[in-house]
Amino acid sequence: MTGMDHPKHKSAASRRAVLRAALAAGGAAALGRPVLAGAGNPANQPPNVPDWTRYLGDGVAIRAYGKPSKHEAHVIRRHVEWLTASRESSVSFTPLHELDGIITPNGLGFERHHSGIAEIDPADYRLILHGLVDKPLIFSLDDLKRFPRANRIHFCECAANTGMEWRGAQLNGCQYTHGMVHCVMYTGVTLKTLLNEAGLKPKAKWLLLEGADAAAMTRSLPLKKALDDALIAYRMNGEMLYPEHGYPARVVLPGWEANMWVKWLRRIEVGDQPWHHREETSKYTDLLENGVARRFTFVMDAKSIITNPSPQAPLRHKSGFTVLSGIAWSGRGKISRVDVSLDGGRNWRTARIDGPVWDKALTRFYYEFDWNGRELLLQSRAIDESGYVQPTKADLRKYRGVNSIYHNNGIQTWHVHRNGEVENVEVS
Amino acid sequence: MSKCLKALAISLAALLLLTGHGSSTARPGEKKGALPGAQKIGIGREAAAKEIEGWTISIRPDGLGLPVGKGTVKQGALLYTERCASCHGEFGESIGRWPVLSGGEGTLKSHDPVKSIGSYWPYASTLIDYLRRAKPFGAAQSLTNDELYAITAYVLYLNDVIADEEFELNERNFVSIRLPNQPNFIDDDRETTERAFWQRSPCMKNCAPGGAQITGRAKLIDVTPEPGKGPKIE
Repeated sequence: MTGMDHPKHKSAASRRAVLRAALAAGGAAALGRPVLAGAGNPANQPPNVPDWTRYLGDGVAIRAYGKPSKHEAHVIRRHVEWLTASRESSVSFTPLHELDGIITPNGLGFERHHSGIAEIDPADYRLILHGLVDKPLIFSLDDLKRFPRANRIHFCECAANTGMEWRGAQLNGCQYTHGMVHCVMYTGVTLKTLLNEAGLKPKAKWLLLEGADAAAMTRSLPLKKALDDALIAYRMNGEMLYPEHGYPARVVLPGWEANMWVKWLRRIEVGDQPWHHREETSKYTDLLENGVARRFTFVMDAKSIITNPSPQAPLRHKSGFTVLSGIAWSGRGKISRVDVSLDGGRNWRTARIDGPVWDKALTRFYYEFDWNGRELLLQSRAIDESGYVQPTKADLRKYRGVNSIYHNNGIQTWHVHRNGEVENVEVS
Repeated sequence: MSKCLKALAISLAALLLLTGHGSSTARPGEKKGALPGAQKIGIGREAAAKEIEGWTISIRPDGLGLPVGKGTVKQGALLYTERCASCHGEFGESIGRWPVLSGGEGTLKSHDPVKSIGSYWPYASTLIDYLRRAKPFGAAQSLTNDELYAITAYVLYLNDVIADEEFELNERNFVSIRLPNQPNFIDDDRETTERAFWQRSPCMKNCAPGGAQITGRAKLIDVTPEPGKGPKIE
């Protein structure tokens, strides 16, 4: 909008055009739908020459921190109002259907807070490491940044992702069914390095990770994972963490459920047994059909989702060459293969993976085909390097029932209608 | 050795150093052998006992971390009504979407399980720990130790874990409190019980008889947020 501050370079017609475009973008954004590239204004198209080709645009540093085109204003995190009692203890979802590749922009990664976003002054940030250690330590943010750094690209998935779908198809849109996942590059210090600084006592077996938010969110972490690949991260995609993702420092536990990736980390206590706190007993335990509940189900099973087409991203052409696209990931390692079905799981073809295939990271797959314009029942099936094959929802329910809430990695079905609209369905 | 060979030897040695195949992997300015994670780097300072004490609020089932204090069910009833009931209901039944605290005994195997403190939670320490760190919602860490014990006692009373209104809970008798569902938790067993999900060669052709039939539609439930209802766009 800053471009409108320089009217001397612009004719009245150009200002009208800007206004028109803003209204068009605003109107579409209000509906949460993308502006259709197919529509548009013939006055801006060949053989005519549009205003942006005639008149000067914004100069440098007017957009001192850049953001996407105003025509992409519908690409935002969204939440489901009825799901939770308050926004401070709630979740917003990544718009997976509007993204490609494997990296999530920092402003679009899903949020899950338990008592809202803690706004921490980096000068006051402190991390205490104590308990069964030789020497309890306290670190400032500058201290953390002085340690040797590690860069890791990993997916981060809430254990409750797809949790609303246990009893059947509920929400029309992969943003809502699968949007509690994102994938960024983290920069930080390995937890092993910090533990080494303090020195572990022989009885040390578990850690307590605690946040500085108004929920003082805690999770117990087995020492083995802490010494394996855990990171205390302060950057994502090169930038400092955003406040909603734990600024200035959070825990990164590759492949494990996101609830354990404690944000706004303020304290690490070393102990000899787990603490059995609220988030690992009342929540984030998986109730099975026989009334028994699994606890400490840390690893995220292999999973995939077709992001395009999907209910929020219907097919706009009637038939012909069609690109199907999606993401796959596994908490047990790399994705080794993704299969796609167009007929509700009767027949499968192996999808084409494009882009890097990294350990415990989102992996992008495509399947290009000639759509005959008939109805489709689309499914994708992830296979990881451990040999785990993403199960059907029916197979998953055989083992878990429908009361688990967490760890729903069943195969998703999208029903593509003849008109290209897409619906979340379940199939026999 | 000729000049030429000498130069080659030097550059080879440099190459070995750079690629870490040589006898020393030390980088400039680094203490010999000070690989990350092996030797201490010496960043950060010793935390003072007072600093640790101020932030250590965690409580474990074995009683580790319990503060010194006491409170009765009766005292807790007053505090609960004042600070908790507006969300969790007068008897822990909850209002709207706020979490249910009581009831639900015998529902865990049903298709509408109620996971309350009495019906589901394994440890009473979880309750007092959570109250201490996060409650009341929006005014965390504002309860005194006596208030913590009193509210905990009252919520356990609402769950029929404590029967006597005059009962006083304190740091000495706390670990004697047991919640009924504790035995019904098992550690993650997916890699054995769900072994069938590790398949050598998943089916590729004619994997199920007949065509796939649609058995459920999200549209019928109609709970997807309507377009435009998302957060305000700046």
